[in-house]
Amino acid sequence: MNLEHLISQAQTDFAACADMPALENAKAKYLGKTGVLTEALKGLGKLSAEERPAAGAAINVVKQGVEAALTARREAILNAEQEKQLAQESIDVTLPARAQSKGGLHPVTLTLQRIETLFHSIGFEVATGPEIESDFYNFTALNIPENHPARAMHDTFYVDEQHVLRTHTSPVQVHYMQENKPPLKIIAPGRVYRVDSDATHSPMFHQVEGLWVDEHVSFAHLKGVVQDFLQKFFEREDLTVRFRPSFFPFTEPSAEMDMSWNGGWLEIGGCGMVHPEVFKHVNIDSEKYRGFAFGLGVERLAMLRYGVNDLRHFFNNDLRFLQQFVK
Amino acid sequence: MQFSENWLRTFVNPDLSSDALGHAMTMAGLEVEEKQPAGVAFSHVVIAEILEAEKHPDADRLQVCKVNVGNQVLQIVCGAPNARAGMKAPCALVGAELPGISIKQAKVRGMESFGMMCSAKELGLAAEANGLLELPNDAQVGQDIREYFNLNDTLFTLKLTPNRADCLSVFGIARDVAAMTGATLIASAADRVDIGSQRAHQVQVEAEDACPAYYGRIIEGVNAQAATPDWMKQRLERSGVRSISAIVDVTNYVLLELGQPMHAFDLNKLSGKICVRFAKEGESLKLLNDIEVKLKADDLVIADAQSVVALAGIMGGEPTSVTNDTTDIFLESAFFTPDVMAGKARRLGLSTDSSYRFERGVDFGNTENALERASALIMQICGGKAGPVTQVVGSLPNRSIVTLRYQRLCDVLGMHVPQADVSKLLVQLGFQTQEKDGVYSVQAPSYRFDIAREEDLIEEVARLQGYEHLPALSPQANLNMLPASEKKRSTSRLRDILVSHGYQEAITYSFVDAGWERDLMGNENPIALKNPIASNMGVMRSGLWGGLLSALTYNLNRKQDRVRLFELGTSYGEVPEGYAEKAKTAAVLYGDVLPEQWAEKARQVDFFDAKATVDALCGNMVEYRAESHPALHPGQSAAVYLRGKHIGWLGKLHPKWQQQYDLAKNTFLFELDTEALMLAKVAQYREVPKFPAVRRDVAVIVDENIPVQAIVQAVQKAKIPLLQELQLFDVYQGKGIEENKKSLAFLVLMQDTDRTLQDADTDAVMEKLLKLLQTQFDAQLRS
Repeated sequence: MNLEHLISQAQTDFAACADMPALENAKAKYLGKTGVLTEALKGLGKLSAEERPAAGAAINVVKQGVEAALTARREAILNAEQEKQLAQESIDVTLPARAQSKGGLHPVTLTLQRIETLFHSIGFEVATGPEIESDFYNFTALNIPENHPARAMHDTFYVDEQHVLRTHTSPVQVHYMQENKPPLKIIAPGRVYRVDSDATHSPMFHQVEGLWVDEHVSFAHLKGVVQDFLQKFFEREDLTVRFRPSFFPFTEPSAEMDMSWNGGWLEIGGCGMVHPEVFKHVNIDSEKYRGFAFGLGVERLAMLRYGVNDLRHFFNNDLRFLQQFVK
Repeated sequence: MQFSENWLRTFVNPDLSSDALGHAMTMAGLEVEEKQPAGVAFSHVVIAEILEAEKHPDADRLQVCKVNVGNQVLQIVCGAPNARAGMKAPCALVGAELPGISIKQAKVRGMESFGMMCSAKELGLAAEANGLLELPNDAQVGQDIREYFNLNDTLFTLKLTPNRADCLSVFGIARDVAAMTGATLIASAADRVDIGSQRAHQVQVEAEDACPAYYGRIIEGVNAQAATPDWMKQRLERSGVRSISAIVDVTNYVLLELGQPMHAFDLNKLSGKICVRFAKEGESLKLLNDIEVKLKADDLVIADAQSVVALAGIMGGEPTSVTNDTTDIFLESAFFTPDVMAGKARRLGLSTDSSYRFERGVDFGNTENALERASALIMQICGGKAGPVTQVVGSLPNRSIVTLRYQRLCDVLGMHVPQADVSKLLVQLGFQTQEKDGVYSVQAPSYRFDIAREEDLIEEVARLQGYEHLPALSPQANLNMLPASEKKRSTSRLRDILVSHGYQEAITYSFVDAGWERDLMGNENPIALKNPIASNMGVMRSGLWGGLLSALTYNLNRKQDRVRLFELGTSYGEVPEGYAEKAKTAAVLYGDVLPEQWAEKARQVDFFDAKATVDALCGNMVEYRAESHPALHPGQSAAVYLRGKHIGWLGKLHPKWQQQYDLAKNTFLFELDTEALMLAKVAQYREVPKFPAVRRDVAVIVDENIPVQAIVQAVQKAKIPLLQELQLFDVYQGKGIEENKKSLAFLVLMQDTDRTLQDADTDAVMEKLLKLLQTQFDAQLRS
């Protein structure tokens, strides 16, 4: 009995099967209970003992051939089915993501956070104080007595006879020095208020006060710290600071700070050595300790950093403005 | 302080350009705020005389003139109606550049013209002009018109700090310029005028402390109608002072030149002696500006025998003022102390050039000199005979000796200043100085009111030495780490949480509309500002919602339809001890939950979206209680509690406010105490369970008014052994559930740390749980 042709016949049959059920049917024809090869194996019993091994081996060879053909076809069909499914599952990956909108921080906050980070890196702690401030802390303790012409430099909002909306963050210096002993190193960021409103003035704005009190602090250190800060803040090593003589009742000597910018000079704040009268108010020995203090305008720094050209943007809260600062 | 550079240079003339002079002043502390040329730029314009003027043969309105320009006679065609022979006027020569015009040789209707006769407008000297600028007969033909009008001058405006009263005059500025540049100061001491009359007026100073020096004199027979000379008018105008009449102009001129305020009374309107005293309650005075002021007992006044005649150092009275008919005057030059003057003018709303100077400090060493200077000028212009000076001088301010230690100077500045420079600069400043072993004993002159202590001298030396030379040094200090507490969250963390939930940060004003406070906060008595900048910014906010809703509206008006804003800011309130400020974290949500997109169905935000953000901020440790708030929908508002303490509010904007604010969609708000949100715990390790948790689900039917939170809390409180967590996963009302009831489905997690739970264990837990729900909430197991 020659069964050789069964392998090629099975290959042809299997190849004709398009899916697994058809293949299983086709398999039965050869390897099923009544399949050709099963029958052939059953027929071995009718052969003699001498003929049997050779015939058995021959059938097995064919059986293996058929099984190999079956396996090959099975894989082919599975592959094809998988391919088909993958093709069906394909999507347009360029469709927009399923997303919540992005929130963001206000540019004044971004600026304050940068300022805090930079000063923190050389050991400055953040201090705060009230915004409704007593006349004493906002003026008197800062060596600005009542009726002093220097009070006219501040267009002050009054809450009652004894209280104002703080016109600067300098009162925080006084609170902090009352409660802590030198050496002291703080910055005091916060809202301040002046009766002034136009394209370049807002009745509410932000300042950062800096204060360093120690035994050997000097005016040159003040310049060094401010210059270092501005260079790091603007990420420009070529930036320099110029001091100009000025007057603040709570510092002596006092200076306006100018920063080199696009070939010119820009005023960015006031500073000076803490006035002995201020130290006297907080019981610090001005022979032993010296201090420097400075005040920076936060909106001014933000405008320069981000190229904002109108102060009013900061308080309109227009999403089209705010969203430009989303990181 | 505005002044003319040319005037300044009559007192000190350093070899510096106008720009360099401005820079030097700024860098020495006299900040140049503005600098502008006295006239507009033009060139090649000279004084010319029209010799002949004949009608143009081909044009009715033009004349052909022969014009003498000094070195030649030119033919010029001119259209000005006032051009005539014999007249002197400016002439722009060929090659001249005028504002907007270049003068070239030209043919005008066929006639050659070699220049242009000019009006005041064409030279930028006036806004309007009708014809040529006619010059007086004595004007010198051929002279450059810029020279003639002194137009090659610069107007400086200084922004002086309040300590530099000594620079509130041209001479004072010159004195400081001399000190900063080393240039010679041309002294100003006036000669005494000749005494031509023996008439003197009696002066009595009652308020000796307030007026330590009073000088006065009569000048009789003056012509009050005399014209102020052009040079004086020009200097006044270039200092921003209008010319009024000769005598008033002289007093203003001396104020500008020397910084000494002066006043001239009409002698014949004074009755009896002059008295310097404090006002009596009930007295009043009609001032020069026609304002009637009621005086208080601490107002310093000048009075005669009958009544108050001037507010000392501020303004004179109208009844005794100099007029065109005045023939005899009493001229006053006095020193009123800054202490007495401080704040007076501002209180009366009358800040004058005079009060501005007195409250900052006028040179009490120059009072008499200024009187002589003014007398001389008045007599020069108005004629008259001067009487002897009446003077009452008491104890003038004492200039104490201030010590300056050379070493301390270098230490404070952090810069080495050669000692020789220190000595030189102190002398240049006009300070009386003695030095011994590096310690200077310094006495400031009478014009300096700002030198009271060592630091003041350090600043003086530093500013003249040049702040530009100050090095920028890195400070050295002990390296100690700053605290970094894990028990507190930073505000940055809170902001990051909100940003990650899609909120944009806003910054709104601390002062708000009183209406917002009333409507949204139920606050009828907010903290009001005495001098608000606008009525809708009149009170301090007690909450942040008003500002956020306003920002919401602002954005909706600009076509935004989905807004999430937050603010970390302060609220202001009153407590018995005074004012109290609280840090708040607040937000507003409006519009869809998600931006419009293809992949998700649109849904508007609701209470639970807002609550999700509050949970994220609070770390799920809070409790919500249905309580009502004036701003919120009574059925959709919750008070937020943290460990029993009220920390804020969450809810839907009340429909009536929603309508009032013109908000089309539901709006949700929350506000929480920032301090409470910053509380954090340092994590404490617990054994990780070795065995998996077992889950059972249970559904119960309860009355619909029972808050889920109450059930969860009761179960937590009961501490049923092995029960780990009870979590709501479904709420159902409707078919199959009795009216006024609801079905709640919970998942129950049970766990033991050292063994796997058996059915008997979980059954026991479920039984206890159900029993609790039945007894406390009348719950029925839903079958």
